[in-house]
Amino acid sequence: MSNDIKIKKGLDIKLKGEAEKATENAIISNFCTLRPEDFHGVTPKLLVKVGAKVKAGEPIFYDKSNEAIKFVSPVSGEILEISRGEKRRILAVKIQADKEQSFQDHGKLDVNSAKAEDVKAHLLTSGCWPFIKQRPYDIIANPNKSPKAIFISGYASAPLAADLDYTLKGKEVELQAAVTALGKLTEGKVHVSVGKNTNSPLSGLNGITLHTVSGPHPSGNVGTLINKIDPVNKGEVVWTVNAQDLVIIGEMLLTGKFNAERIVALAGSSIKKPRYFKTKIGSEIATMVYDNGIDKDGNDRIISGNVLSGKHVKPDGSLDYYSNVITVIPEGDDYELFGWNKPVFNKISQSRALTFSWLTPNKKFDLNTNTNGEHRAFVLTGNYEEVFPLDIYPLQILKACMYNDLDEMEALGMYEVAPEDFALTEFVCVSKQPHQEIIRKGLDVMIKEIG
Amino acid sequence: MGLKSTLHNLKEKYKGTKMAPAFNALHTFLYLPNETTHNGTHIKVADDLKRTMNIVIMAMVPCLLFGMFNAGYQHFSALGTPVEFLSWDAFYIGLIKILPLVIVSYGVGLAIEFLFAVINKHEVEEGYLVTGMLVPLIVPIDTPLWMLAVAVAFGVVIGKEVFGGTGMNILNPALTIRAFLFFAYPTWMSGDKVWVHGAVERDQMIAAGEKLDAISGETILGTLAQGKEVVYSLSDMFYGFIPGSVGETSTLLILLGGLFLIFTKIGSWRIMLSSTIGALVMGLIFNGLVSADIISEGSKFYGLMSTTFWHHLLIGGFAFGTVFMATDPVTASQTNKGKWIYGFLIGFLSIMIRVFNPAYPEGVMLAILLMNVMAPTIDHYVVQGNVKQRMKRLKVKNA
Repeated sequence: MSNDIKIKKGLDIKLKGEAEKATENAIISNFCTLRPEDFHGVTPKLLVKVGAKVKAGEPIFYDKSNEAIKFVSPVSGEILEISRGEKRRILAVKIQADKEQSFQDHGKLDVNSAKAEDVKAHLLTSGCWPFIKQRPYDIIANPNKSPKAIFISGYASAPLAADLDYTLKGKEVELQAAVTALGKLTEGKVHVSVGKNTNSPLSGLNGITLHTVSGPHPSGNVGTLINKIDPVNKGEVVWTVNAQDLVIIGEMLLTGKFNAERIVALAGSSIKKPRYFKTKIGSEIATMVYDNGIDKDGNDRIISGNVLSGKHVKPDGSLDYYSNVITVIPEGDDYELFGWNKPVFNKISQSRALTFSWLTPNKKFDLNTNTNGEHRAFVLTGNYEEVFPLDIYPLQILKACMYNDLDEMEALGMYEVAPEDFALTEFVCVSKQPHQEIIRKGLDVMIKEIG
Repeated sequence: MGLKSTLHNLKEKYKGTKMAPAFNALHTFLYLPNETTHNGTHIKVADDLKRTMNIVIMAMVPCLLFGMFNAGYQHFSALGTPVEFLSWDAFYIGLIKILPLVIVSYGVGLAIEFLFAVINKHEVEEGYLVTGMLVPLIVPIDTPLWMLAVAVAFGVVIGKEVFGGTGMNILNPALTIRAFLFFAYPTWMSGDKVWVHGAVERDQMIAAGEKLDAISGETILGTLAQGKEVVYSLSDMFYGFIPGSVGETSTLLILLGGLFLIFTKIGSWRIMLSSTIGALVMGLIFNGLVSADIISEGSKFYGLMSTTFWHHLLIGGFAFGTVFMATDPVTASQTNKGKWIYGFLIGFLSIMIRVFNPAYPEGVMLAILLMNVMAPTIDHYVVQGNVKQRMKRLKVKNA
């Protein structure tokens, strides 16, 4: 069964530096870093000490509030350093990778005959569980609650995103194993979206409900998919998994090995030769960026993730747990004479206020990180709605989050949203308000007060 | 390069001090700041609030210039020594009368904004840039400057700053200023002596015993309210060669300004359109009452009610209010559906108040202020519609 989902409201941000469809093996990273901050809301409890030897797939820490959820090492090697911040909060676990990788054997699982309980236990012990996220709250799924449906977006519409049709090619077996296994964990359906008129490896899978999506970003966001198919009501839970992580889940189920390998797009206008790399979760970003165009003393912003929702990382930082793209764009820390009133041709704008991006809808822009103005109170209205396809009032829900009115947040649809759903409204915001941060804080308040 | 780095060093020097907001306001006027994104989106659109406000001001500049010419034109016409409209003589009168209004409006308003920014330690927000331009355009030309200064101070402090500044106010600040003038100094704000420069002065001279003809500078609405014959042609009304507040007379230029705001996507076409529809509907109802003989020729409402419904769009402050003041995003409805209702009611009530208000035959100011107050309520019910849908979805699931 195939369903068409057409998105009208949205905005395709066309940027320079799209990754060319060619994959290289990245230089093997000597270090691998696991950052608990990638897992929002998780309080890590360490299972290893500095100096310990671990195999790939061996647990490093677990979630204090839900001990069953294990976080495993993407590589085999020696725990080099555990850095801590305020109140001894764990910031990062740094592992020195062995030259020869060895894997912990989690055992194979016959996904067709396995029971739901076995699948769940297997995913939890093997470290695959953190790939499964839940809504409400956009956090790692609670294994004790059964979801009403599972959503997977196989269409990447974000600016400079890795093309999933390309990165998932040839992984049909792993993908099938993963969706079959996940399908056992829900009474509902496994909804998968693919781009219209594209040739996705996901479209041939069995046991899924296939949807084709078209239209501007955020048509590829899983939040858009949920909202259009089966929105989350109070008391309900849905799960989401990134399509690229299905490969790791599938391979683990088929072979028993947690293989953290992932194809990552290196993109952005600061990169001389943007293309794809095969690397591992937690690898040093330096292994990819410096050989490929950016200067060591260049003034660039390196982002693990896309330009809308990714994390700002230092050059010695690492690929985060969920990203399949590294974007590098120029920093914009310079003044611009009369930048607020002169006609603008080289920046994207939603308006026509002496901004002329509407004249060149297909032009690829080279944007930097300048905010193009200062933070202000909310003034304009109606412009968020133009890029926000969900059936929710964006300005009103943001304001409800700012004054922490739990009843209003609930009534306006807070259970349905994740911060990334507000990335485009944040991008177009004339008042330069941090929408995603506001939503994240709002969700955190709800977790604390409502649970 | 020199200026840029000097200003940057000064900015670093003032950082954290009380003067920082004031300095930054001036600095960012010259340079788009060097601020970069942190987390969240790493890129942002080109627009900021300054650019947005600047567009609105640009849309009003033609009205201001026209107002200057018109001031002199009306003045000399009333004196019985008409001059060419586009003449230096006409413009000169406008310049010396209107420029001080603009300067006082901006001077007093921005001074208060800076003061509050320094006290409250926030950046100077751009809201007043538009308000400061609106104010001189919506007052009678002979408004004394001290009066304007008092009104601006009142409007900015009570109308805006007590609510928390730009973005937080309930009433349109420019109309708050206008309303303050209207209620505090009614003799200066209405009647047939205030709309043309020199009329008040001339009256005082007559009272002092000089033998001169009084200048009558009645607005069209005033004439109609008294049931008299209008001496201006429709094209005069459309182009704006009529007495009235400084910038409100030229429907043509206001229309162009409105189209510019719609084209740049800064002004809400929903509000402008629905307000026009609302005014036409009310005008039609009144016309209907007249043609059904419910209102007879002797009635004091006859003059205004029998005005052909679409003429209402050309006279008084309706066009200006609809295009530049009803569309203020902070005080208007914030939902798209709400904007239709809000705009329609502004148009509808403007004409209603215009007809029924015996003391002052114009309604757009009061209609917008009233709807400013109602806007949150309209939004509440629009948003409740969305909330109810969500509740229904939940009930269907549980049933």
